[in-house]
Amino acid sequence: MWPIYILNGLYFAAFMFLISLGLNIILGVMGILNLAHGSLYAIGAFTAAWAIVALGKGASITFIYLSLISGAVLAAFFGLFMEYFLIRPLYKRALEYQLLVTFGALLLLEDVMKMIWGGEAYYASRPFDILGKIHILGNPYPAYFLFVMIAALFIGILLWVFMAKTKVGTMLRAISLDREMATALGLDIHKLGTFAFVLGAALAGLAGALVVPTTPALLGFGMEPLILAFIVVVVGGLGSLKGALVGSLIVGQTRSIGIVIFPEIELALLFLIAAVILVAKPEGLFGR
Amino acid sequence: MKLHLKKMIARPKIIIYLGIIFVLLFLPRILSTFNLILFEYGLTFAIAALGFNLLLGYTGLLSFGHGAFFAAGAYGVVMIAKYFPELYSMEILIPGALLLSFIISAIFGFLCVRHTKIFFAILALALSMLVYALVFKFYHITGGSDGLYVKIPSMFGITFEGVRRPQFLSGIYYYFLLCIFVLSFIIMKGIVNSPFGKALQAIRDNEVRAELIGIRVRRYRLYIFIISGMFTGLGGALWSFINGHVTPDISHWVFSGEIVYMTLLGGFAIFEGPIIGAMIFTFLKLYAMGSTVYWMFIMGITLIILVLLLPTGIAGGFKSLTDIIKNKKFFSGEAYDVNR
Repeated sequence: MWPIYILNGLYFAAFMFLISLGLNIILGVMGILNLAHGSLYAIGAFTAAWAIVALGKGASITFIYLSLISGAVLAAFFGLFMEYFLIRPLYKRALEYQLLVTFGALLLLEDVMKMIWGGEAYYASRPFDILGKIHILGNPYPAYFLFVMIAALFIGILLWVFMAKTKVGTMLRAISLDREMATALGLDIHKLGTFAFVLGAALAGLAGALVVPTTPALLGFGMEPLILAFIVVVVGGLGSLKGALVGSLIVGQTRSIGIVIFPEIELALLFLIAAVILVAKPEGLFGR
Repeated sequence: MKLHLKKMIARPKIIIYLGIIFVLLFLPRILSTFNLILFEYGLTFAIAALGFNLLLGYTGLLSFGHGAFFAAGAYGVVMIAKYFPELYSMEILIPGALLLSFIISAIFGFLCVRHTKIFFAILALALSMLVYALVFKFYHITGGSDGLYVKIPSMFGITFEGVRRPQFLSGIYYYFLLCIFVLSFIIMKGIVNSPFGKALQAIRDNEVRAELIGIRVRRYRLYIFIISGMFTGLGGALWSFINGHVTPDISHWVFSGEIVYMTLLGGFAIFEGPIIGAMIFTFLKLYAMGSTVYWMFIMGITLIILVLLLPTGIAGGFKSLTDIIKNKKFFSGEAYDVNR
């Protein structure tokens, strides 16, 4: 059974990676900790489930997989509005206000979701069912989990190329390295900030959309992944892509193996590891 | 201590405080039981928020994990009830709850004060969720998500066999709570005005300068973190008797966010601000919950409008209003600088 546990850990790491990547980009470029990030993730989940249910049983397979992207798109729209109306007026304010406004947005979005999708659970398992199961070392394993891992890996590489090779990516990195210097060089911080926020929101939405075929979308869906994404960010270091990757691998594997060995304190074990890393290296594994 | 009558009259604030306390003494005769109990909830939150504000307003550290200390206080009470039922009286419960919140805040503080700003906030949040996870998972000890029932304790030798909770709450417990509240208020005010408190404010305003003039920044932060956690724990312990039921929700970070909300609603730059914030929050939340299912929407909108339009909170807004009337400067002192 061990290969399965490790694969489960990798699957868990894959979607933690997508969430914490979004959180990390927003944190690095804008210096804002987005407490409503979990709600954006939940919005992505609800939208994708909604789209898959709406498509019905007759839809073609490609269509169903493409509909997962709708989660990212809608979350990106929510992110755009949030950035424009809530975060932008607070750019120059102290940290407390920025945190609180995202906390307000969290309360707001929870009820907006309740208004739009009602209190019931949304379940859309078709993408999961279509792919069926494959055998790994004699153990049956859902192929959809592998699909999520590959998708996350693909997005990770895409984002890395984007950050490292393109002009916009370089500008984003410049802002996260030295905000004042970047402004002095004439970069449009507001526009790039909006872009980063929308990108982060889309990643959260995509993570939600990818998860929803395996588990029903419920109210308060985004709370736990948010906390785990915080641990990933704390362990990996603020604003570091590499940190997000390694952090989510640690969190994913600890979670998956912890559930098997110590089911009662699996979450506590995670925090313990985070605490040990922080005492040894306060800025996180790859922090500056 | 000699009473300096002339000094007191020269400082009308003390007269105002005494007047407020005098009115509060007759509150059980004025308010209905329902509103009185709501007011008591407000008082316990006020103690917690005042404690929290020692950290936010006076040290400049924003903790999103104070729910853990609130829970430590409340669970301190129920744990004594469960494992040492013969010790179940107020004069043991309160120190017991304080001890537990001391231990938890000392451990968390040791880890947290290495950081400031966002990192501090995330770390405090993550650690408080550790408490949540433990309380939630250790079902047989803490009752898990069902929580534990809080009996009415005996107080100073008086037992309350057969007394119903509303009767207990609107009687002796109200005055006990008021005494504790006034005592905590005086102690915290003393801390803020002491040399230690002034040193904390120096750290808040300029960390490097504070370190250069010989203030041990990290150690002072740890001390105030512990003090702050203990007052929040005291609030939690007192809250548990009113609520009668303790669940893990109070250690969840959303509850920590509510403590931050209260403090900001009242205004963290003014010492009394969190009290006003806690009272308004308690009544606002209950009446919003009673009138609509979308109460979180109302709370969220209120918070956002508040942050955008009234960043110094209600007390801060009121103060700047009186300052305008008195023809003073609009904002005076660094504490009001929202761009800090």
